[in-house]
Amino acid sequence: MSVNPDVQGRSYPPSPPYQVSREKIREFAAAVQATHPAHTDLAAAQALGHPDLVAPPTFAVVIAQGAEAVVVKDPEANIDFTRVVHADERFTHHRPIVAGDELAATVTVESVKSLGGHSMITTRADIATTAGEPVSTVRSTLLVRGEES
Amino acid sequence: MSTHTTPDIAALSKGESIGTRTVEFTRGGLVRYAGASGDFNPIHWSPSMAQSVGLPGVIAHGMLTMGTAVQLVTDWCGDPGAVIDYQTRFTAMVPVADTTADGPDVPGARLEVTGKIGALNLEDGTVRVDLTVTDPAQGGAKILTKAQAVVRLAPGTGTGGDAQ
Repeated sequence: MSVNPDVQGRSYPPSPPYQVSREKIREFAAAVQATHPAHTDLAAAQALGHPDLVAPPTFAVVIAQGAEAVVVKDPEANIDFTRVVHADERFTHHRPIVAGDELAATVTVESVKSLGGHSMITTRADIATTAGEPVSTVRSTLLVRGEES
Repeated sequence: MSTHTTPDIAALSKGESIGTRTVEFTRGGLVRYAGASGDFNPIHWSPSMAQSVGLPGVIAHGMLTMGTAVQLVTDWCGDPGAVIDYQTRFTAMVPVADTTADGPDVPGARLEVTGKIGALNLEDGTVRVDLTVTDPAQGGAKILTKAQAVVRLAPGTGTGGDAQ
């Protein structure tokens, strides 16, 4: 069974608001071995012109992956999660994510393609503040391996 | 790190190296990334689960490799908020050996990261840095391909929101 091509173009309701905290930024920075002081030291972040601690460039994945789960769980999409391989990822930042942001992601299925016995599904998570300011766009492509015949 | 100078875009040229570094992963580091990111897929921490789906053993999160490799770029440009676009394709897995008993800092995988200027856009004040991430333990296999980070080095005419 492959991914249902009919979900292409489908959008899901925005994810619940995500409150970006200084501690989460510090925790994520440590996990990706990001030692730049703007992730941990408020004065260093402000010296660069940021209002608060700055998230590392891939921090948006925390919010995007949480939101993309709605697609994987959508029974109509027919995605077997045990057969999923992450194929590619792209972050486009309209502005940096900073501590204090309250963000929500709206996920859209951009494309579903068949490739041999496999499926490729690309999702786009549009991350914006709850006031509606666009912050980041995260595109993620999953390869769903077909069943061995 | 208190007095970092932003690279002068006018002085850069295509193909120029921005540097190189070695990044190391441990099993403990994978658990830490799982917790920080919320990605608890057991193939990143359970050897038996990894083997049951045909993997050689526990592998690193692709997003951990992506997130760690870009630090070369952030440290070079001096502002993590200057990275306005970052993409990659995941092409090879990174097995992480269990070195836990050898000490907390003994790496279970070691990757080589190099970066060079791939493109310059003087009008926008942006440069594209192309990253190469390889695993010497796998004969230099490319772990990421088309790993590209776009960095804003100078004010552009676009709508960057962080200018103050």
